[in-house]
Amino acid sequence: MKIAVCIKRVPDMDVKFKIAASGTAVDESGLKYDMSDFDGYAAEAALQINEKSGGGEITAICLGPDAVGETLRKALSMGIDKAVQLKCDAVPFDGYAIAQALAAELKGGNYDLILFGRMSIDSSNQSVGPMVAELLGLPCVSAASRLDVSAKTSGTAQRELEGASETVSFPLPAVVTIDEGVARPRYPSLKGIMAAKKKPLEVKPAQLGAVSVTVSKMELPPERAAGRIIGEGADAVPELVRLLQTEAKVL
Amino acid sequence: MANFLAVAEARNGELRKVAHEAITAAKALAGGGDVHALLMGGPGIAAKAASLGECGASTVFVVEHEALAQHNPEAASAIIAAQVKAGGYRGVILSASAHGKDLTPRVAAKLGVGMAGDVTAARMEGDAIVATHPVNTGKVVSVITLTANPAVVSVRPGAFTPVPAATSAKVETLVPSADPAASRVKTTGLTTGNSTKLDLGDAPIIVTGGRGLKAAENFKLVEDLADAFGNAAVGATRAVTDDGWRPHSDQIGQTGRLVSPDLYIAVGVSGAIQHLAGMRTSKTIVAINKDKEAPIFKVADYGIVGDAFEVVPKLTDAVKAARASR
Repeated sequence: MKIAVCIKRVPDMDVKFKIAASGTAVDESGLKYDMSDFDGYAAEAALQINEKSGGGEITAICLGPDAVGETLRKALSMGIDKAVQLKCDAVPFDGYAIAQALAAELKGGNYDLILFGRMSIDSSNQSVGPMVAELLGLPCVSAASRLDVSAKTSGTAQRELEGASETVSFPLPAVVTIDEGVARPRYPSLKGIMAAKKKPLEVKPAQLGAVSVTVSKMELPPERAAGRIIGEGADAVPELVRLLQTEAKVL
Repeated sequence: MANFLAVAEARNGELRKVAHEAITAAKALAGGGDVHALLMGGPGIAAKAASLGECGASTVFVVEHEALAQHNPEAASAIIAAQVKAGGYRGVILSASAHGKDLTPRVAAKLGVGMAGDVTAARMEGDAIVATHPVNTGKVVSVITLTANPAVVSVRPGAFTPVPAATSAKVETLVPSADPAASRVKTTGLTTGNSTKLDLGDAPIIVTGGRGLKAAENFKLVEDLADAFGNAAVGATRAVTDDGWRPHSDQIGQTGRLVSPDLYIAVGVSGAIQHLAGMRTSKTIVAINKDKEAPIFKVADYGIVGDAFEVVPKLTDAVKAARASR
């Protein structure tokens, strides 16, 4: 299948963030970056689909400044065939502005399947994939926790709801955004890393849409009080119950 | 003062709690303007319209169609966008539920505007909507300004407590311009979990089991504790859902559900950073773990170092006794 996977470069979340002097962004100094979690699942899903169906071509697309080249190289080292950077100075917060740039690139690409992560783990808007589908007039399934496109002209998927799940069917070509459950991303092999250096990475200007959503302030949430161990073993249960009743007042 | 439309979510013919929350959020933004609700569902859904007035919807538009009995994102988003245009609203409010998150970006794109997703607070400031939205797995809070008109906003479940506003709603039937049965994406089945159990998003108490429980069948321990409380749901860590002990929909954490209950009890949960991302905003956190160095104890208001198989049954009995004596 001809598949496009749209990925985003995000900071590693395993840190204590600081707010930048501007007050509208996090301080980037010392942060490490990687492909957003769900986008990794999408890249893996694309690889597995073509491994099972015995062929095709996968393109990874990432919007942002030149630093995203590293994220695209990682996708290539996983086994993705080619990469496109949609270059812009900074990634806007407005998902619709981003969706327009991606749709402009994807349009006319004759993809059978366009995959996204369910959401980017940093801005957490869960908006770009379905917006791209709307702009391209394609059917869309968001947050698929299972995906089967082996029929090649149509697919089925499962979506997780609050306390339930639903199954859906859809025709191809389509846009699907990938949730937890579809595939865990593989680690790039040494061979993959070497091969990635020779794969094509095209850089094009991002045709961003007008921005109507901006970040006016970023702040850190209030800190939790330090944890407290109240006792050991089953003997601590009466004290716990007392605290839940008198202090926390939840029992 | 402006008029807002709120999308009232229903599943399987029943209103969901988030329906009232969306109306409450719309009411807050409308500042004295009118709030209309839009309710879509299968035949018979109109019977649920009246209760939407109780939170302040002055008019409820109802679309009944066999093909809307289950989630139908293409038809629903088209109906919402058409009603936003026809009604000339300043904005439309949806829930950031699983279905709402699916619909919101589609509606925004159909209207050709950006959106504010999963907001925990929102207010009008001059001509803009200013909203709060947690980012970076809840470690940072962003305040965002939305200048788009109409505004498309989804509100985080649980963030807007429904405020009763005794309005008697006028009910009007809408006929969609396109056939809802013609959608390309079709929902072919809905599997509800244990429907007698509370959902993680609605439960004031959550009991979560981790790898420390050693086997899927030992989840009975946390289920019994949840049952003793009577108003608790059972969650799981990613290690547990990856191993297939529990369904993915039960996973709490960075890539799963983000929860914020009054009481969160972590049993045999080490407290990996990805798990903490999903539950750190809980009001009170209890941790029971054998390893006193487990990171979960750093965020636990009350920690017990001990074997879950000893501590939890005792706690279950004590909770039953405490509730019986109330």
